[in-house]
Amino acid sequence: MSTTSPSRLEKILAAGHLAVTSEVGPPRSCDGSVIEHKANLIKDHVDAVNVTDNQTSVTRMCSLAACIRLKLMGLEPVLQMVTRDRNRIALQSDILGAASFGICNILCLTGDHQHFGDHANAVNVFDLDSTQLLQTARMMRDEGRLLGGHQFEHRPQVFIGAAANPFADPFEIRIPRLAKKVAAGAQFIQTQCIYNLEKFKLWLKLGRDRGLHEKVAIFAGITPMKNVGMARYMKNRVPGIEVPDEIVKRIGGVPKERQAEEGIKLAIEQIQELKEEEGVRGFHIMAIEWEEKVPEIIERAGLYPRPQIG
Amino acid sequence: MIKAVPKPLEEIIELIKDLHKVLVVGCDGCVTVCEAGGLKEVGVLSSSLRLNFTQANQRMEIDDTTLTRQCDKEYLDQLKDRIDAYDAVVSLACGCGVQYLVERYPDKVVYPGVDTCFMGVDLERGVYAERCQACGKCILADTGGICPIARCSKRMLNGPCGGSEKGKCEVNSEIDCGWHLIYERLKTLGQLDRFEHPVAPKDWATSRDGGPRKIVREDLRI
Amino acid sequence: MRLQYPSNIEIIKIPCSGKVDILHLLTAFEQGADGVIVAGCMEGDCHYQVGNLRARQRVQRVKEILDKVGLNGGRVEMFNLSAGMGTRFAEISREISARILELGPSPIKTAREKADRPIMEVAE
Repeated sequence: MSTTSPSRLEKILAAGHLAVTSEVGPPRSCDGSVIEHKANLIKDHVDAVNVTDNQTSVTRMCSLAACIRLKLMGLEPVLQMVTRDRNRIALQSDILGAASFGICNILCLTGDHQHFGDHANAVNVFDLDSTQLLQTARMMRDEGRLLGGHQFEHRPQVFIGAAANPFADPFEIRIPRLAKKVAAGAQFIQTQCIYNLEKFKLWLKLGRDRGLHEKVAIFAGITPMKNVGMARYMKNRVPGIEVPDEIVKRIGGVPKERQAEEGIKLAIEQIQELKEEEGVRGFHIMAIEWEEKVPEIIERAGLYPRPQIG
Repeated sequence: MIKAVPKPLEEIIELIKDLHKVLVVGCDGCVTVCEAGGLKEVGVLSSSLRLNFTQANQRMEIDDTTLTRQCDKEYLDQLKDRIDAYDAVVSLACGCGVQYLVERYPDKVVYPGVDTCFMGVDLERGVYAERCQACGKCILADTGGICPIARCSKRMLNGPCGGSEKGKCEVNSEIDCGWHLIYERLKTLGQLDRFEHPVAPKDWATSRDGGPRKIVREDLRI
Repeated sequence: MRLQYPSNIEIIKIPCSGKVDILHLLTAFEQGADGVIVAGCMEGDCHYQVGNLRARQRVQRVKEILDKVGLNGGRVEMFNLSAGMGTRFAEISREISARILELGPSPIKTAREKADRPIMEVAE
């Protein structure tokens, strides 16, 4: 498998390894040490670190600056980019800026509506959507061209990803939508947090039936539950996340002080089970404000040590 | 048509409270259909204002009239003999009408009496829903006749996003997911192949993003 | 059956309470009424299906307007009565009349009486 970028993530996948990514959320201040601290917790256990872009529309330190910090620490960041806040001028400019620092993984997202965040009265941009951002990044890399037509020499060597939610409604749209993102240039896909394994496996199978697993590297999204309250919240309040009753029951079925351990055990079992699935090429572990548990999950799931490549 | 809602009475009272003679002007067009600024609403507003200032023992004359349209000079001209007598005009037309009234009578103070909301349809009496954002380049032929720009909260051209649940939008469950509707419609029409084809970035220059817009139809001009 | 109701009430007959418009009610107050009672048929018994429901909504709207213009929404009230409920009608009339007496004369009337010239002319 030939690679399109200097991305270590891409090389690990090309070499046939299961890849592991995790994410850090930038702070709601200019304290750069927060990013460094979180990244230090996980750096030896993951191949690349996603940096979220004002997730849930809450204003935070910008993803690009936080990615540069990781890069300066010698880590490999995945720059998340949402199209909610910036138009095509700013998005392309950020891709060029990121590439100038050697940031070579980008994840193209549309982003949550600002209604969820801390500035519900803001204007939204949505000049492009995630699919169009994929097209744009690919064009910049492969054709050395901007949307406006300008040709340039130094092309951003980027490994381009997108998100997929196998659980959003209606289910039958999900594979055509994945196919659309692949057609637009997605090379890797990080999925929404998976709790309904059966549904995820069905989604994967339908993707395999169309050969999509050979065209795109799918990372299964794993988020450990801290306690039964979080399980209930994810089940009832977070749009597009499906938490089966058994999971709420399982976490709630143990005493409060052991619920966190039960959540971690569950995450590990999920990884073990999904490792065997054809088409799962890696795991994306989103431990929300619980980064310190990521190494333990990765070790106990048998994904450590990480391969040393490039 | 254009949909508007009446401004709160107290807001209008506050605008005119220091004046003595005010003309309330309605419009027989869109704002009549959505019952925000037609003959009836003009009557209710004028009467309410008179009651307010009378009970406060404040000298105030409120008169009213309703024009066929406020977005046409010909009808605005009908005010020319009487408008000078008033300290200000409260226009219950949409934002277009208010502004055109100002352009026709540049030395007159004109206040808006409605909040202009969107272009939409009447789902039933008193329930209106947005359908078009006037992007200037209609794509309805490609999307099964349902506009993702007006009906997707993120105006995605390649939707739906991951927040769509049971056919409803992530913003709130009152909003239908526009892309869910498009998908169902394309399925009905046997055009699902359109759904998988990535739509390229849109040229927004014909939309508001290109600056204030103007149409010049040479074929209609003499 | 000869029932007593307050003599300060003027009865205006209309074919259906649904005929009562917001403007009619506001005009009554502009002309100096201290209060208005709208008596419609029992809910569910409207000959025109929803006339009395419409009337109720309009009365509600007028209450809100009266509150905003300093007149007190309590000056207007809607009741549902059948033709056979004369006793109840008399009872309501006394009740509302007492309530309005307590609120005092409409400030519109007093303002107009005080003014040297008519503040406004109401179309007939």
